Amino acid sequence: MTTTATDPPTTPPAPADSARREALGRALRTPVLGPLAALVVAVVIFSVTTDTFATAGNASLVLQQSIVIGTLALGQTLIILTAGIDLANGAIAVLGTLVMAKHVVGGGDPLTALLLGVVATVVLGTVSGVLVTRLGLPPFIVTLGMLTVTFALARLYAESRSYPVGDQLLRFWGQGTTVAGVRLTWGTFLLIGIFAVFWYALSRTAWGRHVYAVGNAPEAARLTGIKTRRTILSVYVAAGALYGLAAWQALGRIPNADPNAYQTANLDSITAVVIGGTSLFGGRGSVVGTLIGTLIVGVLRSGLTQAGIDNLYQDVATGILVIVAVSLDQASRRRAAR
Amino acid sequence: MSSTWRTSTPARRTIRRRTAAAAAIAALALGVSACGDSGDDGDDPAGGETSAAEDISIGLITKTETNPFFVTMREVASEYAEERGVELTALAGEFDGDNEGQVQAMENLIAQGVDGIMVTPNNSTGVLGAIEQARAQGIVVVALDTATDPEDAVDATFATDNLEAGRLQGAYVRAVLGDAEPRLIMLDGTAGGTVDTFRHDGFLEGFGIEEGDPAIVGMENTQGDQNTAQTAMENLLQRSPDVNAVYTINEPAARGAYAAIDAAGLTDQITIGSIDGGCQGVQDVADGRYAATVMQFPAEMVRQGMDAIIEAAEGGDAPSGFVDTGSVVITDEPVEGIESQDTAWGLENCWG
Repeated sequence: MTTTATDPPTTPPAPADSARREALGRALRTPVLGPLAALVVAVVIFSVTTDTFATAGNASLVLQQSIVIGTLALGQTLIILTAGIDLANGAIAVLGTLVMAKHVVGGGDPLTALLLGVVATVVLGTVSGVLVTRLGLPPFIVTLGMLTVTFALARLYAESRSYPVGDQLLRFWGQGTTVAGVRLTWGTFLLIGIFAVFWYALSRTAWGRHVYAVGNAPEAARLTGIKTRRTILSVYVAAGALYGLAAWQALGRIPNADPNAYQTANLDSITAVVIGGTSLFGGRGSVVGTLIGTLIVGVLRSGLTQAGIDNLYQDVATGILVIVAVSLDQASRRRAAR
Repeated sequence: MSSTWRTSTPARRTIRRRTAAAAAIAALALGVSACGDSGDDGDDPAGGETSAAEDISIGLITKTETNPFFVTMREVASEYAEERGVELTALAGEFDGDNEGQVQAMENLIAQGVDGIMVTPNNSTGVLGAIEQARAQGIVVVALDTATDPEDAVDATFATDNLEAGRLQGAYVRAVLGDAEPRLIMLDGTAGGTVDTFRHDGFLEGFGIEEGDPAIVGMENTQGDQNTAQTAMENLLQRSPDVNAVYTINEPAARGAYAAIDAAGLTDQITIGSIDGGCQGVQDVADGRYAATVMQFPAEMVRQGMDAIIEAAEGGDAPSGFVDTGSVVITDEPVEGIESQDTAWGLENCWG
């Protein structure tokens, strides 16, 4: 997967021969700076060009619109950090919403519904993880298969119908409080909370260092005594739990479990991760970048709508950002390899 | 790994379009209701029941197997086939816009030697070619829900006149506004979709304004998807909090619009109209989420289409022309000059 398999994760780049090169090197090693700059530029442009973008209410809306994809992208980040990829995350979350909603619609207890839904997503995440670690299959193929299977299972389970949800517990994350006339949903706080938790886990715990090590140089990680298969499996399980949370959040945002919903969520989450500066080759990146990447997509959509520009340009801009982000990643890898 | 990225953009588009069209599904109605059915639908249901034509076989090809609209069609088709004593083979594309899937289904039915094919066609050269091939074998082909382009590529079309359905929605919403100066947001389906264009243009006509009128304060493509529609409506409301009328391409889009409007606390000021007549949509109207929805009748499309094929197979004339299967305004707040039914009637006659 990586040509620098023998380099430990923290190898500094070649000695800098000028301050400029060193600055560039630092920027490339801190992949959050680029996305952050892009986000700031987008916010500034829309604030200047429209009257309605730079308001607290709108900021709250952009966050609300980013919650589900942001949570899926967090799980996606964990998996991509191990040099994997998850094409099935959206479908798994949709199945989770259906399990929750159908149980409640059938007269079941909401708490049980919630637990069943999360169990379903964790089981599916674990199946992907087991196939990747035990059978050694490529994550792309495993999750492509899981995507197809889960999508079909969701439709079979739902009998091709959608299930509106009235229950307050299942809709919890869509509710919130109003501060100074601005509506803040609990889901927004949850999003920030789980990103904080995973930021801590990845950057301050042994587990987090193992995840980076396994993604960066699996063989070296194994030789240093890291249980690589267990680490990778743990990432898929954690991602499965996050997808369950995303399912709950999705019902908060739209209280209707629909087997046809979130069909592009898998690619949208990968987009957010990549724009956020996480390397598709594993071992490099951060959840902070992913949060920024998610917000960039949300800001572009909101800002372009308010500027009265066709939303297809949002796709154009997002696509270009993906290419730029991957190019920067490649450039930085080449530097590191030198 | 890089292959992910090479394919991602087009894939994303396709899937979006799938959702989109899945919602936009209803009929492309090409104007003229030339009900020139030489085969008098009138007398064949009775005739069919008695002369149980067990050796007549009919194929049904829908766009997908999962959209509730098509699910209803398939259920009605299988019940009605039993009632009429004909053999039914139901096939579908994998997703909306799955041309290859529809062509294969068509080829399989031709090979099977069916007497007639009912299809909700994708308008691609491939599908039209397969239809031509079927008709060359003497198979009667009728389009349901979606007209082909050109319309005479099939023997006959049984579909909603979407221009009329849009017109009804527009006229109703305008009537509710009364003397208030209109401030309209339009939540479309997909750019350039035929159903989309008919409903959109029909709405404007019924609403009494032209494309480009300053009363239209915002327009957005929602792919007929609730989540996308909600996001679009939230963003549009940021820009234009003074709107009072919303056009929606279908009921999921209307639900998304309602959620955004409700969260913004503007439900009293805004009238939402919609089209489809799914049971969930009618229930939403009953619950006061949107003012009215225009119901279409997939079961009618199937029954009339099947009647026409049986008629032809029993030696009658092949059906021809465009048959409008009707559209009805469903609301609990009727306005003068617009015929409507209440939601109780709607819940009895809804689909899905």
